[in-house]
Amino acid sequence: MAAVTMVEAIRQALSEEMERDPAVVLIGEDISVYGGAFKVTEGLLNKFGWERVIDTPISESAIIGAAVGMSYMGLRPVAEMQFIDFLACAFNQMTNFVAKSHYRWGAPVPMVVRGPSGGGVHGGPFHSANPEMYYAHTPGLKVVYPSTPYDAKGLLKSAIRDNNPVLFLEHKFLYRRIKEELPEGEYTVPLGKAIVRREGADLTIISYAAMMHTSLEAAEKLAAEGISAEVIDLRTLMPLDKETILASVKKTSKLLIVHEDTRTGGIAGEIAAMVCENAFEDLDGPIQRVTSLDTPVPYSPPLEERFLPGVPDVMRAARELAQY
Amino acid sequence: MAQTLSREQHLDLYYYMRLNRSLEERMVRLFRQSKIVGGLYSSLGQEGISVGTAYALEARDWMAPMIRNIGALLVKGCKPRDIFTQHMAKYTSPTLGKDGTSHFGDLKTKHIVSPISMLGDLIPVLAGVGIAGRYLGQKIVAMTWIGDGGTSTGVFHEGMNFAAVQRAPLVCVVENNQWAYSTPVKRQVPIRNLAERAKSYGIASAIVDGNDVLAVYQAAKDAVERCRAGDGPVMIEAKTHRMRGHAQHDPAEYVPKAMVEYWTAQDPIGRYEKYLTNAGLWNEKKKAEIDARIERELDEDQKFAEESPLPPAELAEQGVFCDGCHEIKARWERPVEEVTPPRCSIEMDGWTVEDFGQLENIETEKMESVAVSKLAPSDQRSENVSGDAKSGVRSGGQKNTGAKSPARHPLRKGKN
Repeated sequence: MAAVTMVEAIRQALSEEMERDPAVVLIGEDISVYGGAFKVTEGLLNKFGWERVIDTPISESAIIGAAVGMSYMGLRPVAEMQFIDFLACAFNQMTNFVAKSHYRWGAPVPMVVRGPSGGGVHGGPFHSANPEMYYAHTPGLKVVYPSTPYDAKGLLKSAIRDNNPVLFLEHKFLYRRIKEELPEGEYTVPLGKAIVRREGADLTIISYAAMMHTSLEAAEKLAAEGISAEVIDLRTLMPLDKETILASVKKTSKLLIVHEDTRTGGIAGEIAAMVCENAFEDLDGPIQRVTSLDTPVPYSPPLEERFLPGVPDVMRAARELAQY
Repeated sequence: MAQTLSREQHLDLYYYMRLNRSLEERMVRLFRQSKIVGGLYSSLGQEGISVGTAYALEARDWMAPMIRNIGALLVKGCKPRDIFTQHMAKYTSPTLGKDGTSHFGDLKTKHIVSPISMLGDLIPVLAGVGIAGRYLGQKIVAMTWIGDGGTSTGVFHEGMNFAAVQRAPLVCVVENNQWAYSTPVKRQVPIRNLAERAKSYGIASAIVDGNDVLAVYQAAKDAVERCRAGDGPVMIEAKTHRMRGHAQHDPAEYVPKAMVEYWTAQDPIGRYEKYLTNAGLWNEKKKAEIDARIERELDEDQKFAEESPLPPAELAEQGVFCDGCHEIKARWERPVEEVTPPRCSIEMDGWTVEDFGQLENIETEKMESVAVSKLAPSDQRSENVSGDAKSGVRSGGQKNTGAKSPARHPLRKGKN
């Protein structure tokens, strides 16, 4: 089997789920004839027709709103945001309508909102967002942010089959940069389960999405220096896999969290608090974090490079923590 | 026509309007006794809209009420105890005390979507309900309500436009009660009739006397039938007046006395009672029977609500996610083969711009002015536009060529 990109893996997940279940429909801007801004839905119109690949006006609140209505009718809509930044235009629908529906009046909302996220491609302040914590902070939403084609396909299938609203973030830097061979048959990856990407003894590095690859690269280089780093890929931010995190911290006693999201209010703070509450006695050093700057995502390459965490940043923090 | 309503149905309309009003009068008393936990909103004077519109729906149809649509909830099968317990935050309420007022719904049998407090969001949601119903082969109509104030939100526009493009079976009832909290309509919108907005969405609309329940019912019935036939959304503007403040705390001193007097004379229940009497559809005895039934039902449900417990505190932690507690199943009323490959694979269609967006055939009489470039068209463009008669590009439009006066530059408005 040929290796596939993340875009292809996501397309496969959509196509297979639409074949499996006629309740699965797609809705978004330019997703039918054009196949989406990043061509994720390319070819799906010809396979599944106009009723299941629904183009909309530039109306993010209408997209999310209509998807909610469809889900109340027993459908499982997958809404595409052309760029995830624009989900801010539907923030009210997401946080007040979608997220509170099951809690308030027992109406499940089995929908997925997916879209290209993250920086590193010089998209500037409005096409580079990592909005995970706005939504992870909102009770009622699940948030997934995969780092590999295999996980993207398996997690998206689980998200579509889940009875709850899932925000499925796709890192656009990874869309076509990594390829992976996928299994022939059907598989899913469960929501809410992190994975240990690399075993290690001296410290734990927790990351996800594009920064997972940065962390892995740093871990390889640290190994040459004699530092053994364990790398955990969160995959799902909400619900958070506390067990896997705590098991690793108990093993290595040192924790570094790396994310591309900005620093203040990022998930590193939440993980640090959770670890302090549950495994303080196991820690042999202060929990460290490597994150983006607390600024909007700047446009010009040298500025964005300064904004984003890089391999040297992760290595520096890991070294200091290992030596503590 | 309204004449096709049977006597029973005519009396039904009265029953629901009177039930709506008596229920709310009781809740005002409960509010003053501090038995209502949160705010209390009144639909006094607007009962004819809630009842008349919802009465045009069938059991299979869907609706999403707003805060002043208790009458619509009653028509769709909710009981007074649902309203009492919701307002009193009781464990026996449809939301178990997790939300209040008319913020509840029923997906399974009554087909009611719960509103949220933010205005306008229900419109795309109900458009989605209608589109999903069409996809599933159900012949349903979705109805929702919004006030004059709510039509100023961005999502109102997004929802109406999207519904229009999709030709969704959506009836949007705009209750123009003249006040958005304290702000009069003319300080919200620079047009006299909110229904004029329908024109910009290319959809059908109607304006109706919101205090005439039969006129409201008729307009709603026509709209519902139109939607069911697949003719796209309809906007109904029902003119009425909010007879109390925004909520109980608001004495509404900004409303001129004469305006209240004018609308008091238009009371929808008083007018309808007169109509029933003049049409010989009831007598004093029948009215007394219905009123007694209403009081009996309200006594029972109010007692139930007052005696109901508040929810146990631990409930606060439960139900954020559906962990399998709900079965999600679409109700198919068409063969799924029609929407699964290979049968759903269809030819590309509807993705062309028929007249290329050309300037020549703009209907100037509908616009105050249309600016047309004075530059000569390039050869290629003129060939495209006028060269191929067989393409049909200008069919229809050609008849108009020359018949219309040339468009004027906007800066020359008012001069020839």
